[in-house]
Amino acid sequence: MSQYRIEVRVKPRPGLLDPQGKAIHHSLNSLGWEGVHDVRVGKAIYIDLDAADEAAALEAAGVMCRKLLANPVTEDFEVTMVGALEGAGS
Amino acid sequence: MKVAVVTFPGSNCDYDLYKAVQQVGAEVEFVWHRERGLQRFEAVMLPGGFSYGDYLRAGAIARMSPVMEDVVAFAAAGGPVLGICNGFQILCEAGLLPGALMRNDVLRFRSHDVLLRVERDDTLFTGDYEKGQILRIPIAHGEGNFEADEETLRALEGDGRVVFRYVDANGEATEASNPNGSWHNIAGITNEAGNVLGMMPHPERAMEALLGSTDGVGLFTSLVASLSTTAGGSA
Repeated sequence: MSQYRIEVRVKPRPGLLDPQGKAIHHSLNSLGWEGVHDVRVGKAIYIDLDAADEAAALEAAGVMCRKLLANPVTEDFEVTMVGALEGAGS
Repeated sequence: MKVAVVTFPGSNCDYDLYKAVQQVGAEVEFVWHRERGLQRFEAVMLPGGFSYGDYLRAGAIARMSPVMEDVVAFAAAGGPVLGICNGFQILCEAGLLPGALMRNDVLRFRSHDVLLRVERDDTLFTGDYEKGQILRIPIAHGEGNFEADEETLRALEGDGRVVFRYVDANGEATEASNPNGSWHNIAGITNEAGNVLGMMPHPERAMEALLGSTDGVGLFTSLVASLSTTAGGSA
């Protein structure tokens, strides 16, 4: 078993209204960033877990996303490997 | 009739719901989210609130509670299940109702009375209303914007599973009368079998004339009436 850190990114599905993103978009425009034409807000979740190898860690994270971390009706998710964690702590 | 009011850490409409059930003459008991077994009940209700602080998504953590397995089984066996506000969100997260409740399009928490049109008077929960009747019932939510995929939305409308819709004083489902951006002004829906109802407005807060409206009473009397005719069990 090794320890891995995984980053999960959950984001609103394309086409769905993202009122939070819209509010930030307007705010950026009013700050003078007129070139900003779209903002979408998602969330990043960092998970440290034990797994046999990288593939197993990624697979486990995928299952977590489908079961709890993302709502398939409104959100998409991406799972990426940050890296192996050496020793204890961090 | 004996009703379970399931409470989660962060439920805050549980006592109102308890009182509402009592007011229509039914027996009621709180069931903590870690308890198991709902067999002794004839109906199950999930109250409003902010279970688990709405962390991750409203209702997402609560639906993993031990009792939810029993709620799912209770619903699968045809038992009536009512989810109000956060209860509705939990039912969607648990897959007992389709779709999801997203952040209000206005980005603000909305807490005020709304007008609802009764779309179905032939459900377990609405027999004492009349189709087309307008109810005044409060809402109090930040995430009540009902969304689902095209196919689900078409099925909901096609099968007549929209039970309540936000309307104006003329009974029209206008954009101005929609408090949260819900698709087709949807305020409440049932599952395919009709025994699970989820709604964002709070009928349990519309039980006393002194507090502004008694339009919520009908929902609870309807359920009592339909259970006493179908089950003929304990009153």
